[in-house]
Amino acid sequence: MLTKRRLGAQGGSLILPFAIVLATFTTRAMLNQLTISELTARLAKREVTAREAVQACLDQIQRVDGRIRAFLSYDAADALAQADTADQALAGGATHAEKPLLGVPIAIKDVIAVQGQPLNCASKILGKFVSPYDATAIEKLKAAGAVVFGRLNMDEFAMGSSTENSAFQVTCNPWDTARIPGGSSGGSAAAVAADECIASLGSDTGGSVRQPAALCGCVGLKPTYGRVSRFGLVAYASSLDQIGCFAKDTRDAATVLGAIAGHDSRDSTSVPQPVPNYAALTGDIKGLKLGLPKEYLVGGLDPEVKQAIEAAVQQLAKLGAEIVDVSLPHTDYAVATYYIIATAEASANLARFDGIRYGARVDGADPTELYCRTRGAGFGAEVKRRIILGTYVLSSGYYDAYYLRAQKVRTLIRQDFLQAFEQVDALVTPTTPTAAFKIGEKADDPLQMYLADIFTISCNLVGNCGISVPCGFTQSPKLPIGLQVLGKPFGEETILRIAHAYEQSTPWHLKRPAL
Amino acid sequence: MEYEAVIGLETHVQLKTKSKMWCGCANAFGAEPNTNVCPVCLGLPGVLPVPNEEALRLTVLTGYLLNCEIPRFAKFDRKSYFYPDMPKNYQITQYDKPSTANGYVEFEFSGTGVSPVQSGAGIPSENRRDAHSTIARVRITRAHLEEDVGKSFHFDRNSGVDFNRAGVPLMEIVSEPDITSADMAYEYLNALKEILVQGGVSDCDMEKGMVRCDVNVSVRPVGTKELGAKIEIKNMNSFSGVRRALEYEIPRQIEVLKSGGTLVQSTRRWDEVTGITEEMRTKEHAHDYRYFPDPDLMPLAPGEEWLAEVKLRVVELPLARKQRFMRDYQLPASDAETFKSDLPLGNYFEGIAQQAKNPKAVANWVINNLRAKVAEANERRTGVAPVSLQEDHAEKSDTGATPVLHVTLTDLKFKPAALLELVSLVENKTINSSAAQQVFSEMFDTGKSPAAIVQEKGLAQVSDTGAIERFCDEVIAAHPGPANDFKSGKTAALNFLKGQVMKLSKGKANPALVGEILERKLRN
Repeated sequence: MLTKRRLGAQGGSLILPFAIVLATFTTRAMLNQLTISELTARLAKREVTAREAVQACLDQIQRVDGRIRAFLSYDAADALAQADTADQALAGGATHAEKPLLGVPIAIKDVIAVQGQPLNCASKILGKFVSPYDATAIEKLKAAGAVVFGRLNMDEFAMGSSTENSAFQVTCNPWDTARIPGGSSGGSAAAVAADECIASLGSDTGGSVRQPAALCGCVGLKPTYGRVSRFGLVAYASSLDQIGCFAKDTRDAATVLGAIAGHDSRDSTSVPQPVPNYAALTGDIKGLKLGLPKEYLVGGLDPEVKQAIEAAVQQLAKLGAEIVDVSLPHTDYAVATYYIIATAEASANLARFDGIRYGARVDGADPTELYCRTRGAGFGAEVKRRIILGTYVLSSGYYDAYYLRAQKVRTLIRQDFLQAFEQVDALVTPTTPTAAFKIGEKADDPLQMYLADIFTISCNLVGNCGISVPCGFTQSPKLPIGLQVLGKPFGEETILRIAHAYEQSTPWHLKRPAL
Repeated sequence: MEYEAVIGLETHVQLKTKSKMWCGCANAFGAEPNTNVCPVCLGLPGVLPVPNEEALRLTVLTGYLLNCEIPRFAKFDRKSYFYPDMPKNYQITQYDKPSTANGYVEFEFSGTGVSPVQSGAGIPSENRRDAHSTIARVRITRAHLEEDVGKSFHFDRNSGVDFNRAGVPLMEIVSEPDITSADMAYEYLNALKEILVQGGVSDCDMEKGMVRCDVNVSVRPVGTKELGAKIEIKNMNSFSGVRRALEYEIPRQIEVLKSGGTLVQSTRRWDEVTGITEEMRTKEHAHDYRYFPDPDLMPLAPGEEWLAEVKLRVVELPLARKQRFMRDYQLPASDAETFKSDLPLGNYFEGIAQQAKNPKAVANWVINNLRAKVAEANERRTGVAPVSLQEDHAEKSDTGATPVLHVTLTDLKFKPAALLELVSLVENKTINSSAAQQVFSEMFDTGKSPAAIVQEKGLAQVSDTGAIERFCDEVIAAHPGPANDFKSGKTAALNFLKGQVMKLSKGKANPALVGEILERKLRN
């Protein structure tokens, strides 16, 4: 039998006998802090078991998640059973060459379907829904040997930049629990930063992987649109959504990407492009041309963030990259364009949550009343705001002025990027204009919240790839800052190479929050 | 003031594919509710649609059959509205870039208000029995691809939805408002159905709900160009229903206008039981479907090679075949009509007609004897294991439905050439027609050749005048009454005497000679 626990409703069970906690930490505490490369090396040598690694993560969740609140639920028994399977495989001679993630505990954002596990999208509307199928990315993780566990908190239906829009709980930034972890994949970023798992999956529609990775001080990778199958990713904005991953370093992100990437016949928008060996990182970026978009280093950019980015650019130059100034002239229109296209698509994508076939239902005298009551009670304020916005921009008489216009601007933004990529191999920008803000600080000002994604949003409109890596901290309080590297469509190898070279020459990714 | 009706039809047809439009579930009628379903066609969170290639091909094939243009760019759009039978609460359809456009359907129609497109050129005038029937043309705006929805069931206190039908590929064929009467709408639908069935696009089984129609009808004073208020009658599921609804609706609209009222754009419902239409909603309450391109699906850009492959599947249109049969084989319209609607029978005929000296005689045998024999054999076989299954029935059988027992023209024990042989035995007077019936019956049952049967049963016609004269003398002597009757002017008596001679000859005498000789003898 599976045991499913919702942490919020757990009460006293969090308090374990002190001796057990102590014993656990003295013997296995470090396993949850390892990277994938470190853990798999030790698993391969049979120094440790997958069960121990999973147990270390579960212990860390027990120890810190009451404060971080990254997990909505997790199935400890199932995770340990998967770990035992991995241990048997290892004992049977399976290698990480065949199964690169064998025995590695990876936690999942609550927007990706895992068979037999709850799928709520951090919304009340899905009720007690349990997914009857695995997303393609999950199938691939499992095929690569990963221990897939846990449901990570997020902004409801991935709509938000702070994870405050979760219907269940607010996740806290591991570096300062009074602050947001970013969003919408805030749970995924916080769980990795707090060493509650080795890596995690999230989804990125306007920056929802890169922005929380920057704010929590871990690596966040958003692949090119079509690189990873969206089958099993609950759609927010179908033309922008892409599954991405969080990891403790760039090599780990490359390993996870290698496992989940590839064409999928169940997703018509996935691209039949061969999957290279992303983890073959040379550390050499000599002669690469990196563009610095002038539109990204002005306006509301926090001085400390600016300073960190400038230092990072210098570091990249020192490593042999050539820095070139480039222009992305339509940058100012990106946020507006995004909020028309994303909400239009969302208004149709979220129509299926109607209480008829699954999820929570509030009955009514007729179908219309049932819909109104169910959706009125089931969706949170931000989701309703975006559905209404999207319904409006698609309405008869407004379509041309909003949706069609936005698609045209999207083409202009794409052209900006493609032209820039004719001159340079990648673009280097801040991931966010500021470090993590305080919980509640922007909750009443959706527009300010929308601007938190200003540097990440264009990448989704263009469909290219991007990665955020730690590049420093603010002074006081000490909060992580992220460097964003944007690559050409299917240019993941290049941005991973740049991020990895930068990371190898700086200490930032090694820093851990005190918990 | 005289009024005329202006009618356009939107016809929804389920495509004949093995699986559904976006998933691998069976496209099958009659299964237990909610058994042909999966996360995709139930609209569960996270699923994506993947187009069914065969459905794309059948749509383009329909385009070719309906003389449409095939645009090199088409796409799928989302049409949003909430309804419990709609799993996603949007339907994937083709809005402004359909897969086919600007075609037409031609069919025979003898009603009023139809301008003839062409006369039966090349068809002999003696065969233009239905010369008053002209060829009508209804233009096709588009035939586009979309998905079917589930089916609602209403019980005493609650309702249920069966999603087996949800996601079945559905083609919508939109006509221009070229139809002018209820009868013409009916004939258009029949012609369309015949094309789609023979083209292998759809089984068009009305009882299984494979064809459904929305009717757009307005009226206007004769001679005016401006269209009246468009009234849509939704979700008709039989062609006769469409005709009846129009027979009610057209006079209703004219009556409203004649009595000084006005009509507004609205949607009505046809009540099959009471035979009237009722208003459902007016334009102000029309849905705003908020169409936009479906971001889950790539645009369609059919290439030359792909199109050429689809084109190979184009069949001769039924009307064209009928005209060709009348022209090439000099068949009367009624025979050609039979071969037009019964494709296998027509093919059988055509397989031997070219070698026939008298194709009309062959057609008679095929239509009057062969078809009847096959039907009779099928009746006999009911409840017995089938000799073989026709392709379309074979497909149905793996869906769990009871296979239909069927003797087909391909299972016949005799070769088509044997029928030709039989016809020529009659034509060269080797056997008479009653003997021919016997021969046919025997060859149908045993597969023996006609010549062998004639030989075996001694059915060859006696044309030896000496022998026939002796029979005639015998009969006249034996039946003086009828002989005298004939002599006194009762010509009907000759038939009786003829019958007696035939009987005496065991059916083998040449009946023409018998008549001739009897008459000569009696007249003398």
